Amino acid sequence: MQATEGVPVLDARGIVKVFGQHTALGGVDFDLRAGEVHALLGENGAGKSTLIKILTGAYQPDGGTVLLDGAPVSFRDPLQAQGYGIGTVYQEVNLLPNRSVAENLFLGRQPTRFGLVRRREIESRARTLLADYGLEIDVRAELSEYSVAVQQIVAIARAVELSGKVLVLDEPTASLDRNEVQRLFDVVRNLKARGLGIIFITHFLDQVFELSDRVTILRNGRKIATQPLAGLSTADVVRMMLGKDVSLDHHVTGIADAARGATRVTFRDLGRTGSVAPITLSVHEGEVVGVAGLLGSGRTEVARLMFGVDAADSGEILVDGAPVTIRNPAQAVAAGFGFCPEDRKIDGIFGDLSVRENIIIALQAKLGWFRALNREDQVELAGRYAEALDIRAANHDMPVKLLSGGNQQKVILARWLALDPNFLILDEPTRGIDVGAHAEIVRTINRLREEGLALFVISSELDEVVAYSNRVVVMRDREMVAELTGAAVAPDSIVQAIAGVPAVEVAQ
Amino acid sequence: MNRSLRPLLATATIFVLAYILAVAQFPGMLSTRVLGNFLTDNAFLGIAAVGMTFVILSGGIDLSVGAVIGFTTVLIAALVMWVGLHPLAAFGIALIVAAAFGAAMGAAIHYLQVPSFIVTLAGMFLARGAASVLSPDSIGIKHEFYTAISKSYILLPGGGRLTVIGMIMLAVFAVGILLAHRTRFGSNVYALGGSESSAALMGVPVARTTVLIYMLSSTLAGLAGVVFSLYTSAGYSLSALGVELDAIAAVVIGGTLLTGGYGLVAGTFIGVMLQGLVQTYIVFDGTLSSWWTKIVIGGLLFMFILLQRLVFTATPRRRKLAWKT
Repeated sequence: MQATEGVPVLDARGIVKVFGQHTALGGVDFDLRAGEVHALLGENGAGKSTLIKILTGAYQPDGGTVLLDGAPVSFRDPLQAQGYGIGTVYQEVNLLPNRSVAENLFLGRQPTRFGLVRRREIESRARTLLADYGLEIDVRAELSEYSVAVQQIVAIARAVELSGKVLVLDEPTASLDRNEVQRLFDVVRNLKARGLGIIFITHFLDQVFELSDRVTILRNGRKIATQPLAGLSTADVVRMMLGKDVSLDHHVTGIADAARGATRVTFRDLGRTGSVAPITLSVHEGEVVGVAGLLGSGRTEVARLMFGVDAADSGEILVDGAPVTIRNPAQAVAAGFGFCPEDRKIDGIFGDLSVRENIIIALQAKLGWFRALNREDQVELAGRYAEALDIRAANHDMPVKLLSGGNQQKVILARWLALDPNFLILDEPTRGIDVGAHAEIVRTINRLREEGLALFVISSELDEVVAYSNRVVVMRDREMVAELTGAAVAPDSIVQAIAGVPAVEVAQ
Repeated sequence: MNRSLRPLLATATIFVLAYILAVAQFPGMLSTRVLGNFLTDNAFLGIAAVGMTFVILSGGIDLSVGAVIGFTTVLIAALVMWVGLHPLAAFGIALIVAAAFGAAMGAAIHYLQVPSFIVTLAGMFLARGAASVLSPDSIGIKHEFYTAISKSYILLPGGGRLTVIGMIMLAVFAVGILLAHRTRFGSNVYALGGSESSAALMGVPVARTTVLIYMLSSTLAGLAGVVFSLYTSAGYSLSALGVELDAIAAVVIGGTLLTGGYGLVAGTFIGVMLQGLVQTYIVFDGTLSSWWTKIVIGGLLFMFILLQRLVFTATPRRRKLAWKT
């Protein structure tokens, strides 16, 4: 917390970045002081990776200025940013697995004599350099022979050697074990003491508190706050990341007590080693089970297990009381499941196909290609669901990629509804949709619930979860840590369950 | 031991074993005479294979090598016999043409983002076609320089002859080894083969390196053409058909990973010598069809690809952490 005041080493002001019609960053300020670790937090789509890419030269901003040591700079590419003193280490180590450790440290700037690389000198310099980081390894060995933790430190050493002012650590601990994380943190603390400004991106909140001096929280492309971590609690941080404003009441209450029908689906000890700890959960007719949790808490993994995208290695699934086998999505569809994945553009929408084709495709796949739906049926079907879900498209033959995000989402919903499913999984249904259209998706979910569908909805927008869920399941560290019912389905208690405040934890 | 050394060690072992077996059957094969011929007869293949090694190390492929050799022989013959240039001047021109040709292919691969396979396939047709346009028939070369070269050699103990073209090949290998392992260019080649995106982020000049790699390969193919021209004293548009494939075989048998990033120039030398050994054995035997060379090479290739799969898909052995305490 002894970060020096004065001119920040890196100062970004009013950064704007627009992709197509989507504003990824809407005027974000960010400043980094020398000798501090500054955590950057936000859920998927909050804009933190966009901000980092702008700061490290991978993207050019559409608005705003970046000041380095008080002077405005603009970077053509990451290499140039590196030259200015901004080095980046990614989760996926961007080094050469097939070359020696020493060469990875000195590639591009090897000392030569008569055009020949002076290997001995490189090796001895590499040894000295790594000794500063507490590593004593054979620098002549291939990089890939070492663990990811060592590779990370080699990458950090290289970045610091080349840049030396700002170090960006993008999810560096994601694949490290606890001991390795501590080693890495020692290295980071050392660099901090040497006066580097360090930007630390992670989704492990405990690590943020352990290592960082200040935190900046982004949500939906806007900065929520920049604050010293001293004086903040985990719950405060979670609230800033997820909740809009707890006082902003969504006026939908009492959902939690709404009538529900018979048990539709039961997951008993469903789990996958290394992905999700076994989960037991029942979803009833006319019920929405909301899933809350931070990025990386295992919420998407649960959905993938349920739908058979990843095969579960434990547990069983019962539909209407009868056991079913789901080891791939086709079996899930046969069992009456539907799944709207998190990343619409990659996993959901066929952008060049028409609205109509996108709606009928799952039904057609289920029927098989020998029982092709004729055109009248297709038009009728598409028309019916477009009307039911209020899909706004000029006509149903236009490519679906021309629709807004909210309408694309509804097209995917329509696709699954056309199958007449009995259990629907929605992963972040409001992600990447204009804030104004969120309420409409929430309304649609509620209507489907009232019509008797069983839904499992993952969301990082707390008041939305509250607005449609009968029950809320909370995920933390790839484990289901709480199941909230009744009055506990409220943003505050969800925040506390995510943050791990024991009092509210309803043990599973 | 370094993983990339394992296939090389296997090649070397197989070469020694095969040689011992061959000598056991035909003691005459153990002589400097045979060894000298090894070098002379495979000089053009070896030179082309050095260039191919760099291309494959970087993760690419060069199918134009054989065609460039053929074109070069015709160009040299035309320049010497029709234009009346001194062979050395003709060699110089041929090498410059080949280098420019390779640079153009490298530039196309990098800037147009077309796979090297396609670009060099086009290059192969272009070079072979151009050679046929120059002269569809074989042109014999008669020049005192050629006679002088073929008469000069170093006499090895035991009566073997180390010819000029054999020496050129050895020199090319020596320079190739230095270039691959001791220069920044060499490091950049390996870096491209390891991961092009990482290499770019680490400051490797990707464009320049790509162009230089294909330029090197074509220049060496041109030099192989010079050697082929000295070896046969003729220029023929259909000469060195399929040599690119022999070169690829030599590189792979020599332990270089086809997907790039791992391998040694010295391994390619053993790969070339192994091919030479099989040919020599067949000559000594006298009853076998020369096509048996292809069958043996095919079997060896298959075996080495299998071996590489085993070595490189096995989980990399992680070293124990050596944290300083």
